[in-house]
Amino acid sequence: MMWLTLLMVLPLAGSVVIVSLPKANEKLTKQVALATTLIVMGVTIAMAVGFERDNVELQFVEKYAWIPSFGINYALGIDGLALVLILMSTILAPVVVLASWNEAHGGRWSVKTFYILILVLETMMIGVFAATDLFLFYVIFEAMLIPVYFLIGGYGTGERSAAAVKFLIYSLFGGLLMLASIIALYVMSGAQGGHTFDLAALSNLEMSSTTQNFLFLGFFIAFAIKAPLWPLHTWLPDAAESATPGTSVLLLGVLDKVGTFGMIRYCLSLFPEASKTFTPAILVLAVISIIYGAILAIGQRDLKRLIAFTSISHFGFITMGIFAMTSQSQSGATLYMFNHGFSTAALFLVGGWMISRRGSSTIADFGGLQRVTPVMAWMFFLAGMSSLALPGLSSFVSEFLVLVGTFTRYPIHAIIATFGIVLAALYILIPVQKALHGPTTPGNENLSDLNLREKIAIAPVIAIIVVLGFYPSPLLKVINPAASHVIAQFGFSDPEPNLNSGDK
Amino acid sequence: MNAANYLYLSALLFTIGAVGVVVRRNAIVVFMCVELMLNAANLSFVTFSRINGDLNGQVIAFFTMVVAACEVVVGLAIIVTIYRSRRSASVDDASLLKR
Amino acid sequence: MMTSNSLVYLIALPLAGAVILLLSGRRSDKWGHLLATALSASSFFVGLYQLSLMLDRTNEERPITQKLFEWISVGTFKIDAGLLLDQLSICFVLLITGVGTLIHIYSISYMSHDPDRRRFFAFLNLFIASMLLLVLGDSYLNLYVGWEGVGLASYLLIGFWNQKPAYATASKKAFVMNRIGDMGLSFAIMIAFATMGTVSFTGVKAAAEQTSTAALTGIGIMLLVAATGKSAQFPLQAWLGDAMAGPTPVSALIHAATMVTAGVYLITRSNFIFDAAPTAQLLVVIVGAITLMFGALIGTAKDDIKKALAASTMSQIGYMILGAGLGPVGYAFAIMHLLTHGFFKAGMFLGAGSVMHGMNDEVNMRKYGALRKFMPITFITFGLGYLAILGVPPFAGFYSKDMIIETAFNAGGIKGIILGTVTLLGAGITAFYMTRVMILTFTGTSRWDEEAHPHESPWLMWLPMAILAVGSVTSGYLLSSGDALVNWLSPLFEDHGEHEELLSPIIVSTLALTMVAIGIAFAFIKYSLNEVDEVAPSDVSIFTKIARQDLMQDRFNEAVFMRPGQVLTEVLVKTDEVVIDGAVRGVGRAALGSGASLRGIQSGFVRSYAMLILIGAVALVAAIWVVVQ
Repeated sequence: MMWLTLLMVLPLAGSVVIVSLPKANEKLTKQVALATTLIVMGVTIAMAVGFERDNVELQFVEKYAWIPSFGINYALGIDGLALVLILMSTILAPVVVLASWNEAHGGRWSVKTFYILILVLETMMIGVFAATDLFLFYVIFEAMLIPVYFLIGGYGTGERSAAAVKFLIYSLFGGLLMLASIIALYVMSGAQGGHTFDLAALSNLEMSSTTQNFLFLGFFIAFAIKAPLWPLHTWLPDAAESATPGTSVLLLGVLDKVGTFGMIRYCLSLFPEASKTFTPAILVLAVISIIYGAILAIGQRDLKRLIAFTSISHFGFITMGIFAMTSQSQSGATLYMFNHGFSTAALFLVGGWMISRRGSSTIADFGGLQRVTPVMAWMFFLAGMSSLALPGLSSFVSEFLVLVGTFTRYPIHAIIATFGIVLAALYILIPVQKALHGPTTPGNENLSDLNLREKIAIAPVIAIIVVLGFYPSPLLKVINPAASHVIAQFGFSDPEPNLNSGDK
Repeated sequence: MNAANYLYLSALLFTIGAVGVVVRRNAIVVFMCVELMLNAANLSFVTFSRINGDLNGQVIAFFTMVVAACEVVVGLAIIVTIYRSRRSASVDDASLLKR
Repeated sequence: MMTSNSLVYLIALPLAGAVILLLSGRRSDKWGHLLATALSASSFFVGLYQLSLMLDRTNEERPITQKLFEWISVGTFKIDAGLLLDQLSICFVLLITGVGTLIHIYSISYMSHDPDRRRFFAFLNLFIASMLLLVLGDSYLNLYVGWEGVGLASYLLIGFWNQKPAYATASKKAFVMNRIGDMGLSFAIMIAFATMGTVSFTGVKAAAEQTSTAALTGIGIMLLVAATGKSAQFPLQAWLGDAMAGPTPVSALIHAATMVTAGVYLITRSNFIFDAAPTAQLLVVIVGAITLMFGALIGTAKDDIKKALAASTMSQIGYMILGAGLGPVGYAFAIMHLLTHGFFKAGMFLGAGSVMHGMNDEVNMRKYGALRKFMPITFITFGLGYLAILGVPPFAGFYSKDMIIETAFNAGGIKGIILGTVTLLGAGITAFYMTRVMILTFTGTSRWDEEAHPHESPWLMWLPMAILAVGSVTSGYLLSSGDALVNWLSPLFEDHGEHEELLSPIIVSTLALTMVAIGIAFAFIKYSLNEVDEVAPSDVSIFTKIARQDLMQDRFNEAVFMRPGQVLTEVLVKTDEVVIDGAVRGVGRAALGSGASLRGIQSGFVRSYAMLILIGAVALVAAIWVVVQ
């Protein structure tokens, strides 16, 4: 059964249905969008049940010739890593649709267009994680920018056009570097046994180390922009500030994961030597991102920008985990991708509701919300606790795995990164205090608490955060084989415990 | 017959045409000068055709003439339209495209 | 080791209470506090049941474990959600659930007028569950979950009235400073995993013998950092005074009896590390000694009754940490002092709450006075706690504190003499400031505000106080008669044989009592024989001023960490905007700028375009010419 193609076709079908709906009936549009995303989620879960978690080979493989004269195939397939990310994307999609029920009304275009864009984006989110043909991956990677561009530029707030353009140009810049690398790989594959874009075939190419280094950088810069790694991060706060909360969830929660996913899937497997060469530099950048993102988050006055900077810090953790190359750090990084999706979603959605009620995203405009809107305030608090990786919530498991795993090979990096957890306490508790505690700021007395729709939207997110904090095993069992496969391919093994190490 | 002379003439005509295009203001004159340059090129083609003893140059000359004819049709129409709207055939007056 | 499947109920019961109360919302306002109290009490009874089972077993079979499920398993990093109940944790379980239940009962009345009483009880239950997880976890990572869980509960309860900005700030300060300590625990776990490949208590204990001293010292120091954060020890002590912003029962339970003693638990639990890492152990002792003086000095200058008690807590935990740092002999005494302190300090805090309850929430002791007549029960229970903390025989503190002083003297050499002197001095200062609290609050003339109508608290409040007072009187004797606690705990600790005695117990007790008498005498002269000002006098010595400012701890933190941190943040925010984003926008602007300047060429004049084309063509031909030539 063509599970992956089915997954990609379903949202498209939903958007076709929406196109044919009357423009006036916005409610029906939203219902169709919600139903579509729910069906996709159901199909994904059904697919995940059939996933053989101990099998490290790609599963649900599909391959059809697309443009045979150039060796381009429509090839899909997933391992544990991709499965986890697809699962995250398809669970987040209905949450976003439900949570941003009224987000599209202030937009430049119709509500219909908004949901069409979201559904098209969902198709691409699935495709980008499932593609195993480099050309197909690249096409989807770039095409994803289009719906997001329109979602930010058409439905955002503030300087939405500028932010959308900034996002687009940044991403295109990285994408073009990657394109150059892809073409180079294609040309080289022609000299070594036939033109192809097949990922598995390309991983076996012979290249000189200089070539590898340059091609690696082409890919890595594209992914480092996506995942925002310091100093390529400045598009993210602007985009997050201008986008609607729902868009931000998809942007930070899913799209940015393409960057870290790409680092594992493409950078490491295509250019193992170059990855080793650049690992020290990348680790330094990752550690800088962790600390820098956290400090910048502390200094923000705007709630959305603050959340964006916390994500930069978290992506630093993920990148560090990927390149530290121990099974703990690698599994932790993958789990972190999943968990970050949900904790950022919770922060953005609840933060978005606060902002839309108050009509301002400046933190200082809030105050005393805990007394006025207790449910909303507590949800924000919980989301914040998840963001600062409180033990018992899901992000703790992943953050600690990354730190422990990194420590066994790069203790200094891990030690510096651990300071991030103190900064995390600050960047969460400062807005919590300003927005939720203290006396009620004038103008906030009559804010309404969460309604039933919003509660239903946030409940699964919070549930996942809590349940996975105590019981991450099901997910880890899917992730572990994939992560150790990556490390084994790479020729690394975990450092043995060294009883005599005189470290520290 | 020294073919070089034809080439000299062709170059001379081309130069006259080029200078005319650059220095003259009247659209009709500019237009004529462009035609002059085209025909100078035609002369070169025909000359080379003779020198080489095949018909390639001649054929290209015919092509050029067809293009020139089309150009005349479109170009004159534009000039006439501009003249009608501006009461002037000066090319310097039609500089609206700069922004 | 034996397994059991009933340990989880210890934690599950209060946790269920917290979840039910938080999720049910206003619906459970009417019965929420009763449910929470009942669940806490049932957890206590489960603890008693476990104790009775444990008493029936031989020493070796006493520890029992329960594996709940596989929590994290990646490569060799395997952590089960497992519980371990042994002789040490059962002490804590009973202290936490016992004192916890009493404080639940007390709070029913104390918080009866608060609209958010249900939420308060939910947080109390959450705290009990987290604290139990802390002491029952069978690995450092499980302990870590409870460790941060109690931090969260403490944050929520300190900031329970967070509509007051100062209280909200206090809760944030507590959380952040605790997080610094938690970072130490993270480091300890990382080093343990990197060197030994395991983080379970049994695993680390087994591996500790073959591990290099350097690694063990690293782990030990990091555990100490963790302990200083949670137990408000120097240099992470500054949050405890502010934590008194929470409702008084919270101060009694979390910031006196249980949570702040978690550091002592951590060090005793990790005895196998500290025993093998003398440097770390020495640092523990130093931290304990500094803090016990630090807290005592702050206590002498505080007019806020709760802050005076908080300073005293800090100082008493300093004793425990010092005791725990004195190696195998000290662990049991530290735990003993911890238990007795749990009784008398919780009792005194509840007494303070009772006084505040009767005095319109006034906390300034200079506005009390002569309350003895109006609150006899509070006076008696508080007084018994007072005698216990002073170490007057036969009250509880006498047994536990004297043991620590004695152990300090016997630590050997110059170290022993210094530590012994410090602990003795501490005892004297303790006597001074506690007597001061007693005199200012209960005796002398009344200095109340006019609207104050002091009255005794209802029975729901004084009953727990009375029970705790009984504990303050008897616990020391019960725990030390026949070395009951020492023998109970001894299987857990390495036995290092007998130490030479520098001073005999009788001399130590005499010295300590002399110091106490001197302290009392000073306080009596200063506060009972002279008039007490209603407003704190301002013409005081520089030392008093410094002590009033908590020995400049906040000023120091502000000057060294906060301000530079704020400046750094601001600078980085600006840098990000101007330099990094500036560079990005600079590229954009450069593109726009070059376009704008090149646009000048596009004049719109056809003839100039033609000219350019001509020049270009000529240049091209010339270039080809040159190349061909």
